[in-house]
Amino acid sequence: MRLPPSARALPALFKVGFSEAVAYRAEFLVWMFSTTMPLIMLALWSAVARDAPVGRFGQKEFVAYFLATFIVRQLTGSWVAWEMNYEIRHGTLARRLLRPIHPMLMYAVQNLAAQPLRLVVALPMAVLWLASVGTGQLSRDPVLWMAWAAAMLGSWLVTFFSSFAIGSLSFFMESSVKIMDVWLTLFFVFSGYLIPVELFPPAVRTLGDWLPFRYQIGLPVELMTSAHDRHAALALLARQWAWVALLLLGALWLWRRGLRRFAAYGG
Amino acid sequence: MSLPRYWRLLRAQVRASTLTLLQYRFDFLADGFLEILWASTSLVPLFVVFRTRESVAGWSFGEALLVTGWFILLQGILEGAINPSLTSVVEHIRMGTLDFVLLKPADAQFLVSTAKFQPWRATNILTAGVVFVYAFHLIGRSPSLAGLIAAVFLLFSSTLLLYSMWILTVSAAFYVVKIDNLSFLFSSIFDAARWPSTIFRGGLSFVFTFVIPLALMTTYPALALLGRLHGSTLLLALTGSILFALLARVVWLASIGKYTSASS
Repeated sequence: MRLPPSARALPALFKVGFSEAVAYRAEFLVWMFSTTMPLIMLALWSAVARDAPVGRFGQKEFVAYFLATFIVRQLTGSWVAWEMNYEIRHGTLARRLLRPIHPMLMYAVQNLAAQPLRLVVALPMAVLWLASVGTGQLSRDPVLWMAWAAAMLGSWLVTFFSSFAIGSLSFFMESSVKIMDVWLTLFFVFSGYLIPVELFPPAVRTLGDWLPFRYQIGLPVELMTSAHDRHAALALLARQWAWVALLLLGALWLWRRGLRRFAAYGG
Repeated sequence: MSLPRYWRLLRAQVRASTLTLLQYRFDFLADGFLEILWASTSLVPLFVVFRTRESVAGWSFGEALLVTGWFILLQGILEGAINPSLTSVVEHIRMGTLDFVLLKPADAQFLVSTAKFQPWRATNILTAGVVFVYAFHLIGRSPSLAGLIAAVFLLFSSTLLLYSMWILTVSAAFYVVKIDNLSFLFSSIFDAARWPSTIFRGGLSFVFTFVIPLALMTTYPALALLGRLHGSTLLLALTGSILFALLARVVWLASIGKYTSASS
């Protein structure tokens, strides 16, 4: 049986992406350290919880929550919007178009190839997380852990597809990066990155449930900290994957429409 | 090198960057809007935190708002007047085009520091003003004159500190070149300054007071406005920041001596 050429190219692309990440390891490290926001929020919320717990969150719960946030952000990040913006404006996207693989797949593999390096930071954090939570507190329900794995994948896909869609906007406008900034601003508020979504007033919570941002960070973190029972977890997971599907369609549509307008400046 | 000459030079540089930005009118408006959005979302965690209690680490809601107001103000200065210029230096060093700057008959540090401004960040000053007024409305009194004067001095010293830290960062670019993402690291650390420094304990508290003096930049000015800052602390902050600026100048001069263009 012969695999299609794109499938055979994937391992090679993965290798290239990994070597790239290793080659720029200093830069990579700086990137990783610039996502230390959860640790600062951890300090803040611990200070808040010092006198009395907030909702179900005592100091210990906040530690578990924000360490989990750090891990999830490390492993589900995507910067494809910036890369696409750069390549479209400089015309270097032409190089990708020449290859017989859909550029979206190329970007995705490149993104995933950096993940092993991110584990270098995420794993010690995970050990720290386990130590802080205590293994006794972990959920014993295998369904919930499977849901967590699916939620991690889903959260990367939501991030990647939304980033890809915004990157595709560079075909239409000079500064899609600005749109990315707006997205990120909303992401910081609604994703549970700075504030656990439970702590929002009910109206804001409902709004957040319908927006995609919570499914980028909040859902996997909540599953890690056993905030949901089976039923609730699966319902939220369904919403997340609905967003995955919607964003995939949107991203592909924008890409197709945009590509027609593409002209490689300067070749 | 006379002062009026540099004043004229500064005006010319500001004018040039404003005109460049006005070419992209949509961007100009969008950025103004984005600034306001960004500043107001930086208030969200504060609202959520204080929904559950009256005070955190000894700070009431109004008082903590003052700190956030300073954070918004300084972020405007950092990203409007300091960040853009110095990011372009890194680019210059990498491309070797810093030669053109060095050839000009004016101080190179001055030229690179004033190369680019982003005037729409001035909206941050307005936002900060609104936050200050609201905060004092909540506290129920107005700041004393002495407090205001002290705050102005601290504004000067924290701007100087931010600028010097940036000069040091850029000086590093002469040695390691590929550091354009250091600006992201810098802003993400600076983000901690939106909270009163007393919420941080242990190691973090030490780092944010002495290594990266975030406490000095936002918490002290807020304390000054509240009239709770000691005169001696103010004096110490001023001397410290001036010494730091001098140090940055020395390091800059040493690093620029190392510069060997890109193509040679």
